[in-house]
Amino acid sequence: MTTILTTVLIITGITTTLAILISFANAFIADYGEKKIVINDDKELIVEGGQSILSALVGNKIFIPSACGGKGSCGYCKAKVTEGAGPVLATELSYLTEEDQENDIRLTCQVKVKEDMKMEIPEELFNVKQFKGKVVFSKDLTDKIKHLRIKITDGQQIDFKPGQYVQLLAPPYPGNAEEVFRAYSVASSPSRKEEIDLIIGLVEEGLVTTYVHEHLSEGDEVTFNGPFGDFYLNEDSDSDMYMVAIGTGMAPLRSILHYMNERKIERRVRYYFGARKPEDLFMVEEMKKLEEELHDFEFIPVLSRADEGEWDGETGRVTDLVNKYLEDKADRECEAYLCGSAPMIDSTEKALVEKGLKQEKVFYDKFD
Amino acid sequence: MELNPITILIASIFTSNMILANFLGMCSFIAVSKEIKTSLGLGQAVTFVLTGTSVINYLIYTYLLEPYGLEYLRFIVFIITIAAFVQLVEMIIERYVPTLYYSLGIFLPLITVNCAILGVSLFLIIRDYSLLQSLTFGIGSGIGWTLAIVALAGIRQKIKNAPVPKGLQGAGITLIITGLMALAFIGLSGVASIQ
Repeated sequence: MTTILTTVLIITGITTTLAILISFANAFIADYGEKKIVINDDKELIVEGGQSILSALVGNKIFIPSACGGKGSCGYCKAKVTEGAGPVLATELSYLTEEDQENDIRLTCQVKVKEDMKMEIPEELFNVKQFKGKVVFSKDLTDKIKHLRIKITDGQQIDFKPGQYVQLLAPPYPGNAEEVFRAYSVASSPSRKEEIDLIIGLVEEGLVTTYVHEHLSEGDEVTFNGPFGDFYLNEDSDSDMYMVAIGTGMAPLRSILHYMNERKIERRVRYYFGARKPEDLFMVEEMKKLEEELHDFEFIPVLSRADEGEWDGETGRVTDLVNKYLEDKADRECEAYLCGSAPMIDSTEKALVEKGLKQEKVFYDKFD
Repeated sequence: MELNPITILIASIFTSNMILANFLGMCSFIAVSKEIKTSLGLGQAVTFVLTGTSVINYLIYTYLLEPYGLEYLRFIVFIITIAAFVQLVEMIIERYVPTLYYSLGIFLPLITVNCAILGVSLFLIIRDYSLLQSLTFGIGSGIGWTLAIVALAGIRQKIKNAPVPKGLQGAGITLIITGLMALAFIGLSGVASIQ
């Protein structure tokens, strides 16, 4: 009996002492009080000290892109912190280039608010909101690409520019223990403010794509935030446009095309869309319909691996089309919108610039 | 035979190395050994915590658990003390020594669950060390752990571009390297012995 009693007493004694010590430390040592974050020399936030910048911002409804949920493993939540951040942490190093470090760019999920801070956040991020929605439509476009329609169910409206992207959250599911966000371009026109279309390809071992392809079905609830990104239609120009995409790169361009159609924007548009085989093509009917409705639009699919006899359209790669259809002309006043994998974009950009397009008029969104 | 604390220090660095002789603390050893700089940071933090907890756990064991015949509680008590110690140290250095926090503070939470820390506390009880011996054993084990992880990080940086077979990439080749390192360290076994 005494043994049990002493055991309990000793254990309780030790744990209580330690718990009291830690509580005191937490109350007196780790209390940083309220701190002020000044954003863009304009907005002032008063936040609880001791938390990360990212969670302080989220608490104030400012959403910086972050795919991993603040664990320091995606490197998206970069922002410029000019004052009060202290030296760069070891956990940030792998995500900051030397240029980033010289420009006070930090990973906001790793830097804690311990002093008053000054930072810069691009204005458009203030427009970013978090949405709850329901999948109202889910269809296989090819064996690896899905078309989703998400209706916003929390009463908000999404306001974005055609070409921008949102981040979709995959909750934990069998095979994935943690919440993750991944970026997907919105494929529908910004005029539809209550719902968005996404075109999502299946990436081998991709956490969110696996979730979308194998666990998500019509009627399911989803969470996403956005809009993000600086790839969108330049509305100040009326010059000719070249669009080049492969695979899910269709998404932002489809948004731009529908938007132009609704707004009756009259520009000459040529859209080169690359795929491997006929069965990898999708939304061809829709593009053909746009060809009739839009002012001067042509959709030209090109296949790289078509067998003889099953395809009578263009063959080769999208860069071949650029070389074939663009006349050699210096100082071309046109814009190009590229979307797809990094190698495709690099080679297409090179081909376009060789054809006389200005480098700064070639806009692109690299999917990696 | 009463061991000289210096012998214990040397032995725990080279011949009774926590990783290479006992294979303790493997989780962070494999996870954080990609770069020399980070692994050195973690090594420092481990050394610091090892030194502190071995002394504290020695005191708790000798003056609290032993007199009341509660030796069997050592596992749970040691783990609690280690966790609390790490938590306290983290808070204190984050607040008062920011520079130190920036170099090793972020590794501290990792250390709570590092079994090398618990291993050292248990070994010093099993081997009946005195306070001074416990202290040098703690310091030595920490230095030995740091030595091993920094050496591994160096090797891993070297093999980054090597054509490792697909099935062995990552943890596989790291465990093989660790095994080879352990073999190499056996060559030092004549230097000092505490087991």
